[in-house]
Amino acid sequence: MATAATLRRSVDPAARFEARSATREAPWVKRTLLAVALSFFALFLLMPLIAVFIEALRKGWETYFTALIEPDALASIRLTLLAAGIAVPLNLVFGVSAAWAIAKFEFRGKHFLITLIDLPFSVSPVIAGLVYILMFGAHGWFGPWLNEHDIRIVFAVPGIVLATIFVTFPFVARELIPLMQAQGREEEEAAIVLGANGWRTFWHVTLPNIRWGLLYGVILCNARAMGEFGAVSVVSGHIRGETNTMPLQVEILYNEYQFAAAFAVASLLALLALVTLGIKSWVEHNAARSGPAAQDEATAS
Amino acid sequence: MARSTRVLPGFGPTLGLTLTWLSLIVLLPLASVFLKASNLSLSEFWNVVSAPRVVASYKLSFGMSLSAAAINAVFGLMLAWCLVRYRFPGKRLVDALIDLPFALPTAVAGIALTALYAKNGWIGQWLEPLGIQVAFKPLGVLVALVFIGLPFVVRTVQPVLEDLDVEHEEAAASLGAGRGQTFRYVLLPVLLPALLTGFTLAFARAVGEYGSVIFIAGNIPMISEITPLMIITKLEQYDYVGATAVAEVMLLISFALLLLINGLQAWTARRTGRDR
Amino acid sequence: MLKKRPWSRALAVLLALGVSTGAQAGTTLLNVSYDVSRELYKDIDPAFSARWKAESGEDVTVKQSHGGSSKQALSVAEGLEADVVTMNQAPDIDLLVERGGLVAADWRQRFPHGASPYTTISVFLVRKGNPKGIKDWDDLAREGVQVIVPNPKVSGNGRYTYLAAWGHALAKTGSADGARDFVRKLFANVPVLDGGGRGATTTFTQRDTGDVLVTFENEAILIARELGAGKFDVVYPSNSIEASAPVAVVDKVASRRSTQRQAKAYLDFLFSPEGQEIIARHNFRPRDEQVLAHNASRFPAIRTFTVEQTFGGWDKAQAHFADGGAYDQIISAAKR
Repeated sequence: MATAATLRRSVDPAARFEARSATREAPWVKRTLLAVALSFFALFLLMPLIAVFIEALRKGWETYFTALIEPDALASIRLTLLAAGIAVPLNLVFGVSAAWAIAKFEFRGKHFLITLIDLPFSVSPVIAGLVYILMFGAHGWFGPWLNEHDIRIVFAVPGIVLATIFVTFPFVARELIPLMQAQGREEEEAAIVLGANGWRTFWHVTLPNIRWGLLYGVILCNARAMGEFGAVSVVSGHIRGETNTMPLQVEILYNEYQFAAAFAVASLLALLALVTLGIKSWVEHNAARSGPAAQDEATAS
Repeated sequence: MARSTRVLPGFGPTLGLTLTWLSLIVLLPLASVFLKASNLSLSEFWNVVSAPRVVASYKLSFGMSLSAAAINAVFGLMLAWCLVRYRFPGKRLVDALIDLPFALPTAVAGIALTALYAKNGWIGQWLEPLGIQVAFKPLGVLVALVFIGLPFVVRTVQPVLEDLDVEHEEAAASLGAGRGQTFRYVLLPVLLPALLTGFTLAFARAVGEYGSVIFIAGNIPMISEITPLMIITKLEQYDYVGATAVAEVMLLISFALLLLINGLQAWTARRTGRDR
Repeated sequence: MLKKRPWSRALAVLLALGVSTGAQAGTTLLNVSYDVSRELYKDIDPAFSARWKAESGEDVTVKQSHGGSSKQALSVAEGLEADVVTMNQAPDIDLLVERGGLVAADWRQRFPHGASPYTTISVFLVRKGNPKGIKDWDDLAREGVQVIVPNPKVSGNGRYTYLAAWGHALAKTGSADGARDFVRKLFANVPVLDGGGRGATTTFTQRDTGDVLVTFENEAILIARELGAGKFDVVYPSNSIEASAPVAVVDKVASRRSTQRQAKAYLDFLFSPEGQEIIARHNFRPRDEQVLAHNASRFPAIRTFTVEQTFGGWDKAQAHFADGGAYDQIISAAKR
């Protein structure tokens, strides 16, 4: 995972490279590289983003806002917030505890465990949805039992939450593990030796050290939770105003030829992404100022 | 193994919580795939996963994912380089937007890319006269997968590039090496592990990608059907067993890839450790 | 540093928001339907609610779920709690009989006309002025014509197109080999296979891809009128398949939720004159003779054939789409 929380950013980081003759290129090389890299960036990232906003506003601001306050759209926003609101804290707790176990202790099978935690990253979202149908569907393992007790998991909110948890499972853990490994355990051990209990040690020693990495993990986890489409689509049931998340609402509107409305909801998700990325930039900025030593090492994971 | 010298508390509870949560959310559900697929005999299983259309889909999925990851490795490295080494206007914006593919729903990305690259789209209309068709062709799959994978490369290379010691480059320069030579013989070897990790992550993510690809791929059998679409197609024909068989193949490949990534990481860590 | 309290407060608000969606007065029905019936049921549902309120004094709200017909049927089989299903092909309801006995085996006899309140036919939509001169099925197999069709493997709409083309060629050549040959040529002209009818429409209308879109009559009229007035023309081939849309009460769900009465009334409403009028307004061909008669101008009479007539039933038609079946062979052999 990209651990950009570990990026250290001073006020003008590139300046130190450009100032020395040994670490700078001829102006034409710099210009060419910038031109190529930025064209690539524009072509693949910027244009799709601009396209979303232009399509959303094609029929004007009024249509845009009408699309967002339409009851089904509001219901989808609520559901998305709910799913993220449950999935993110759970994965936060899991991530911190996994990082603590993995980073602060030595045990056999650690690499294997890390690989298992990574697994949801590379599992196709389609499979992620399918597994919950196989477990909780009417013909699944627990289907008959659930049916008897009138509990609904798939095609209802719990299934959507589960699928969201699955796809966002590794984010916090993956962000914290390299960070905490790099920090070692001397500070915590000192605190324990001086008589602090485990909780106090975690709260006053570990947490301040990892807070920016933790926040960054939460932010990424949240962005992904809100944007997940494939897995949620399989378990949702697509009931209008009830089990549609925002990405599914986009698909529905799109399929109803309400293109402007579809892109309006999509643009809201893109805005969420932008705000998220803005917060992330701010986090990195603060992380850099709060002392690079604390954020040291932790190469890319 | 330093069991006896453990000072810190909480190993039991945290590992226990981790394993429980992992089992409930990831392992148990994934096990259901293997259990369902085990309804097939070995030869039936082989027939399903080696049918010509499925094999064509592996070729497309893995081939395009490899190409996309390679393209991302080249341009991602360039972008990371520019972000770390150069000052230019709009840099913060570029840096922030790199993560966009993580956050934008894949379906939205797919629709937006299709709109751009279709023959009446902003980009497609310029490519059409050149005889290049992107949307609804295998090339469209590539475009979507490049979009999905870009942040992985940039975000793994960037920190390493920032942590790099300038002294090596200065030493190379004082020995008379040009920038090209310095890059080739001094910088690239140090960047390579991170670049490989980014490449593999982008590849692993691309293989499983569904939402953005189906909009732009064209989905023609033997030509532009990706493997996740084969799984969906089988599912929608009520062929659960066949779907899980193909899913199992994908899962095993994903797992092998991740083991490889983590091996690479260990290697990276050792190398950078030696550098310090 | 993360503070604990704002977090939990935010979560409480979120939970409250979530809970508030649940409450609804009266009975609710869930109608799980296929892709292109969205607009129809947007009009049917409130009309039924008003009618039911007038007749029984009860409040009934109908909720909708739309998607690819087979995918929707599968979701119902796996536990999506549909009180009624309204599909576009009979096998999707037969599936619910086979998997878990959700629907009664004699569902075809529960409502008139084989439990199918309306039919539609596969027609062509071409670009304004019909630049490629597409008049009939044979033109779709011509070289240099691009045909947009949804994926027959997963879409009922695409399936009917395949069966219609097969039926046309079978009648013309009189042999299965002739039909196979014709359908192979046609599908060699297909550049994109979208997952559903609506995806194919978007590809044809928004992406400017293809010379002709084969889709249901109601969909073609809707597109020609709403998505680009003056940009497209509807073309009726000399003959086509009659697609009948089947409906059924999902007995198992309805009896558990005690909604059988309302569910049956809802489907009955589709067959009532009022329901049939709404159906005709959405360009589906109504069953009611009178309603059909005064909407005759909307529905040009062309020769039609049914799945039963041409293929001897859905079982045999379905065999075309099985893995390794006729469709797979044709699409794999198609030269592009």
